[in-house]
Amino acid sequence: MNQGGTVERIQPFHPCAIGLVGARSEKAFLFESKSLKDETNQLEGESMRANAKAETESVTGTMTGAEILIESLKRENVEIIFGYPGGAVLPIYDALYKNPIRHILTKHEQGAIHAAEGYARVSGKPGVVIATSGPGATNLITGITDAMMDSLPLVIFTGQVATNVIGSDAFQEADIIGITMPITKHNYQVRNLNDLPKIVKEAFHIATTGRPGPVLIDIPKDIANNETRPSFDHTVELPGYQPTIVPNILQIRKLTEAIATSQKPVILAGAGVLHAQASDELLAFAEETNIPVVNTLLGLGSFPADHPLFLGMGGMHGTYTANMAMYECDLLINFGARFDDRLTGNLKHFAPKAKVAHIDIDPAEIGKNVETHIPIVGDVKEALSQLLKEDKEIPEINEWLLHLEKYKRNFPLWLSDDEEGISPQRLVKMIHKFSKGEAIVSTDVGQHQMWVAQHYGFVRPNRWITSGGLGTMGFGLPAAIGAQFAEEEETVVAIVGDAGFQMTLQELAVIKEFDLPIKIFIFNNQALGMVRQWQEAFYEERYSQSLTPVQPDYVKLADSYGIRGFKVSTEKEAEEVIRETFNDRQPVLVDCRIKPMEKVFPMIAPGKGLHEMIGVKP
Amino acid sequence: MTVSVLNQSGVLNRITGLFTRRQFNIESITVGPTEAEGISKMTFVVHVEDDRKMEQLTKQLNKQIDVLKVSDITDQAIVIRELALIKVISTPQTRGEIKGIIEPFRATIVDVAKDSVTVQIAGNFEKVETIIDLLRPYGIKEISRTGITALPRGSQKSVTDFKQYTILN
Repeated sequence: MNQGGTVERIQPFHPCAIGLVGARSEKAFLFESKSLKDETNQLEGESMRANAKAETESVTGTMTGAEILIESLKRENVEIIFGYPGGAVLPIYDALYKNPIRHILTKHEQGAIHAAEGYARVSGKPGVVIATSGPGATNLITGITDAMMDSLPLVIFTGQVATNVIGSDAFQEADIIGITMPITKHNYQVRNLNDLPKIVKEAFHIATTGRPGPVLIDIPKDIANNETRPSFDHTVELPGYQPTIVPNILQIRKLTEAIATSQKPVILAGAGVLHAQASDELLAFAEETNIPVVNTLLGLGSFPADHPLFLGMGGMHGTYTANMAMYECDLLINFGARFDDRLTGNLKHFAPKAKVAHIDIDPAEIGKNVETHIPIVGDVKEALSQLLKEDKEIPEINEWLLHLEKYKRNFPLWLSDDEEGISPQRLVKMIHKFSKGEAIVSTDVGQHQMWVAQHYGFVRPNRWITSGGLGTMGFGLPAAIGAQFAEEEETVVAIVGDAGFQMTLQELAVIKEFDLPIKIFIFNNQALGMVRQWQEAFYEERYSQSLTPVQPDYVKLADSYGIRGFKVSTEKEAEEVIRETFNDRQPVLVDCRIKPMEKVFPMIAPGKGLHEMIGVKP
Repeated sequence: MTVSVLNQSGVLNRITGLFTRRQFNIESITVGPTEAEGISKMTFVVHVEDDRKMEQLTKQLNKQIDVLKVSDITDQAIVIRELALIKVISTPQTRGEIKGIIEPFRATIVDVAKDSVTVQIAGNFEKVETIIDLLRPYGIKEISRTGITALPRGSQKSVTDFKQYTILN
């Protein structure tokens, strides 16, 4: 970039800039017209230094804050931005118009941030989001929290009112730094324009290294407007942020010793394996040691579901075998999972006889919920590589494997056939079959999410996008959009509930606009299924506000967005439609009428332990 | 415990917010600059139920990007000081008496008015509490306390109970 001396200003037609002045921007002008000029004086001294560096950096002349931002993003190799313009980010969108990076205009900021999450989850690259100040920024909150809980790397830019009016309750002002402090890995407000390139660099570094997470940068409008001679020549120096990547070899040896003496070992593999891109190493380690593997919800795909050593998902709606394996084991090796309460059930009964080894890049996760005997801080890939290199004594555990095999045979996942309508479990299997098990699948939260987790059988990493920690309804559709932008050639399936779909369905417009061949399956049971299931089981069938018989005509709805829609009520219809939809590269929406009373089983009731699963047999 | 932080805007908010959302109650907090430029030290008094909670708090604090160092100095030999200003009602008759009371505490009178004196006391929590109790019968008009700050002593007696946290294994 910019080798020639000056920053090139390309001005092609940029469709995303249409309607820039609409939306939330009009009144903002009135309040921000007195853009700060005194800032420049203050920066005079700084710019001398910047100038000296600028020569080596081959950037001459001054740039506005907004231009510096776009240039910084290019230097971070940002390929795509999900965002929504407004008053406080007008300068940024103007710079983007002149020096484009692909920008996807969603229909709601929540759509933008979930799309960025889907993009990050599938590509492993940081998702980049821009929103305006005030409501634009607050609309991101759910997605930021979701990314924080599920450790997704995001870099979020929010506009802010000009520095001279911050704190005066100005139009579209919100204290987004204060609001997002607990839900970001770190956040910045740019107070000095010359800091901007350094802050952007740090933000990308923090978001993508160690335990990934969202980082937010708040940019006041005058900072974006002011000019300076920028220097992009910064190295990241963060004395308070030095994640431990390479684990302590002594701890690794402790683990190999524990493996040698164990009789009932089990591996728990979480999303840390995916973030570390360590699936191959995990497979090699499991096969070498013959230790069976349980996945967490978010860890699905880190170990092939069709492998004989795979026991299934653990936790509240996990398989009986997986949960009993964790209950009965004498050594539990946790690779990159955080012992979430939905996984452990009642902690008193979690792996009571086991020595627990926990490999995590975030030391704060070790010992947080479950007492850990062999703590290993480091990157899962590094840890597995070291484990593979070590001389190991492989324990004789055939008896244990046979025991688990018996569980698998006697207590498989099951489904009921006592009701009219489509069996949701069979529907998942159908989607699996016609997508050849290779689709990227995103879901919302609830029953359908659990059915997909149980029955889709992910064999490859980074094909599974779901909201685990926060449990965000409305996540699935926009996340699928982001995933499709990350992997344009792949088949992306969004499996959503009828309720969650209605939370973010406006993003259908994006699917149409870019002709994204996403297959949307609404698992429609005319209820908030999981709420209904709990009310049935624990609240004596008092279905308080959980039945939703009045629904839009989803076929017409799809049609109004220019997307093909189908409604299927029998498994035969479903099979025909699904077969057809996977044969073409067009967006499609299928309203699948599933059995309204079907429940997710097996299940660990709240407060119960791993060994107390209910509904393990029909 | 003491926490060294980069002196960035909002850092106090960041740290205290963390205490709140992880359900730790701050008994007292003091903040001030250190010998190194741009680095501040916060001294917290926090009651935690057990070692595991303490370990979790330490780790969570360490996770903050602006935090450089966290030390739990509970079990170390430390120097603890708190400063209190106590405005006591006093007539010319009682002034001498008050002087006599505070003298063994090495407290001083830093302000005298017609009907009151202001006593300055520096010491650990108990010492400050004691002098307040002794002055109470005269009628305390106002108290202002800084909260405690602390430093580990230059030479530590043999440390018997060395706690190991899994920050770096």
